[in-house]
Amino acid sequence: MSDNLSNLFSMPNGHAVDIKSLDRLNISQFQETVMNGIGQGLRISAMFAHPVSSDGLRIWAILTHDRQSLVVPVYTDLKTRCYPSLTPQCPQVQGFEREMFEQWALRPEGHPWLKPLRFHDAYGNTGLSKSCQSPVMGVTDFFRVAGEDVHEVAVGPVHAGIIEPGHFRFQCHGETVLHLEIALGYQHRGVERHLIGGPNSRTIHYMETLAGDTTIGHATSYCQAIESLSGARPSLRALALRGVALELERIANHVGDLGALSGDVGFLPTMSYCGRIRGDVLNISALICGNRFGRGLICPGGVAFDMDGQRASELRRRLDDVEADLNSAIDLLWKTSSVMARFEGTGALSRDLCDQSGLVGPVARASGIERDIRQDFPLGIFQYTQIPICTGDSGDVFARAYVRWLEIQRSIMFIREQIGTLPDGNSVQPAADLLSDHLTVSLTEGWRGEICHVALTDDQGRFRHYKIVDPSFHNWIGLAMALRGQQISDFPLCNKSFNLSYCGHDL
Amino acid sequence: MNILHPLLNPILALFLAPLLPGIINRTKAIVAGRTGQPLLQLYYDLFRLFQKSAVYSLTVSPIFKAGPLVGLACIVMGLTLVPMGGIPSLFGFAGDLVVLAYLMGLARFFTVAAALDTGSAFEGMGASREVQFSVLAEPALLLGLAAISQVGLIRPLTALPTAIPLESLSEMLARLSMSVWMADGTVLLLTSAALFIVMLAENCRIPVDDPTTHLELTMIHEVMVLDHSGPDFGMILYAAALKLWIFLALLAGLLIPVRTGNFWMDGASILIGMVVIAIGIGVIESINGRLRLIRVPQLLAGALVLSVMALVMVLWG
Repeated sequence: MSDNLSNLFSMPNGHAVDIKSLDRLNISQFQETVMNGIGQGLRISAMFAHPVSSDGLRIWAILTHDRQSLVVPVYTDLKTRCYPSLTPQCPQVQGFEREMFEQWALRPEGHPWLKPLRFHDAYGNTGLSKSCQSPVMGVTDFFRVAGEDVHEVAVGPVHAGIIEPGHFRFQCHGETVLHLEIALGYQHRGVERHLIGGPNSRTIHYMETLAGDTTIGHATSYCQAIESLSGARPSLRALALRGVALELERIANHVGDLGALSGDVGFLPTMSYCGRIRGDVLNISALICGNRFGRGLICPGGVAFDMDGQRASELRRRLDDVEADLNSAIDLLWKTSSVMARFEGTGALSRDLCDQSGLVGPVARASGIERDIRQDFPLGIFQYTQIPICTGDSGDVFARAYVRWLEIQRSIMFIREQIGTLPDGNSVQPAADLLSDHLTVSLTEGWRGEICHVALTDDQGRFRHYKIVDPSFHNWIGLAMALRGQQISDFPLCNKSFNLSYCGHDL
Repeated sequence: MNILHPLLNPILALFLAPLLPGIINRTKAIVAGRTGQPLLQLYYDLFRLFQKSAVYSLTVSPIFKAGPLVGLACIVMGLTLVPMGGIPSLFGFAGDLVVLAYLMGLARFFTVAAALDTGSAFEGMGASREVQFSVLAEPALLLGLAAISQVGLIRPLTALPTAIPLESLSEMLARLSMSVWMADGTVLLLTSAALFIVMLAENCRIPVDDPTTHLELTMIHEVMVLDHSGPDFGMILYAAALKLWIFLALLAGLLIPVRTGNFWMDGASILIGMVVIAIGIGVIESINGRLRLIRVPQLLAGALVLSVMALVMVLWG
């Protein structure tokens, strides 16, 4: 790292640091540091504000350096409720700035499109007008295109399928989409607010349901955060079982997505088979812990369910069946030219755009970016075993589908290897009290991409603030960008190739 | 020929048409290894829908209510013009193929008008797509039928095309015996291919439209009828089944050259042909994805080219 950043404290994934040992920057230093970091290829994994005194707010930015596996937490204290926006120079902070604006009425001066993200009441009395203090769900400005032949199509928040609510506003010229704007927030539950003062017996359940399909991913991130704050060291056996569960979750969701992609182009065989095989994979998760989504499996200090030899061999047998079925079902997809004609060239995202918008997960990898927490910030079992990164290059629906297929194959190999050589050890280590006045950052590669949890403790060792960034938070803007210049009839296909979480974004 | 024989097609159609989508869906389910819906599902749906009452938006005009009714009436009238192979249609007159094409056009016009009447962005989009595609499908259908009208005629070598008298659909199809197929097989195959593509487009089948999708943004025909409910929607589904029947009867009449003069044998062969084509549609839908929407006009233009080629071959070949 060059001069400006080398002075800053940096740490690996899953480490805790005493907040008092970090330097407080003033707002211009803070922004300069962030911009410097972005210039050197760092990303912003999280940015959030929390109150430190009666009127003061502290803004944190969690910068991540993929190549050096380092996390750089920086912060600044603000007395005023406005600051110059970074979004015009650094588009990837746009969502974070809107979030802080909505929560704390922190106004980023010069933000090009400042509007509520989730439409909840501002935290505390902000002294603002009523429309800012408590915005009405979905009532906001939408970007509009005017002119001859231009029309607007509004989709949602209630959809035809059984999916989560979200509103999509298309500006179209005939069948071509000029601009898509996505308005979310319908699933907002206020989870982060409820976590303050924790951890308590409810906390793990909040974590497991942040995004129902990412139960293992979020629970793992949370437990890693707790372990770094309490100094607990899960056994290698527990870490291996966590890894197995994480990869099973990835396989199940990727299989479901490939089936749904196939269904969206009207190709029924793969859709039907994948729907069934996804169930088989979920049942393997149930074999480990009794729950198809892995609820109750991950706990601070390890895993709540151990695996005996009989169960391990049953798991291996089922995995073999899944692999054989998948090979034929997915092969059919790539060999059907009418499907490929729909996948190829649809919703392409350039690598540059992915970098600028800070996209993560299979979406970024499909555009050729080698970004995978399992390799860049290895923690848990991934410190001892590597899973090769799978990337595409075209950035279109095909690349996103194909990267998923490659990842499924890698994950199956990984699980087979881990189950074959499961180390001895206790499944769970008792957790101690949390360190006080510490900050920890825990990153996990969920099936959608980078899951970032940031925990700050107060002087009692309770959560002063807990920030969750689901990969969907980074990636929704990618979907909007991918639709530009595309056919509106291709939207469902593009949407499915991202398959982002609404509740993971809305929290 | 018995005077009651021409009643066969309309009567069979009115009772059996809802079976055709059932056959297609069963085929798709079996190929995909699913349990799938029952063969008689559309009958159950129709029964359910006709027991309900319709819900109307406050913004719609009577056009919206007229849409399904006119649509069904047009298709039933069209049905009386369609022969089953050698068995003549109920009504037949010179040039009735034009009337058939435009009865379907009128039905489409009212569906589109009813869709636009709702003022919904989705339905407007669907209407625009439907009209765009029909511009290409209609000439393909008419030219294909025109080509058939010239097949198997014994013409003096000097005769100009204009000198040939117009015939009814029944007369045209009654002529297509095995020997005509042997002589003019190429023309008939080209026409069948063109009519098959038109049939897929007109009945919103894959690869043009996806009848099973729930995604409004990708729909063509289905999206135009989203706001219809109860008996109105039942009429739309019923009319769609009858329309499929019309196309399959025409195609089977074209492809099955059984003209024994025996009422039962001719009728049965055409019915079996229709079932086989329906299964064929199911198989096509099972092994193909949908075309990208901007590619659909190319497919329909292909059908038009096939029809034109058939017509050129039969007139000057």
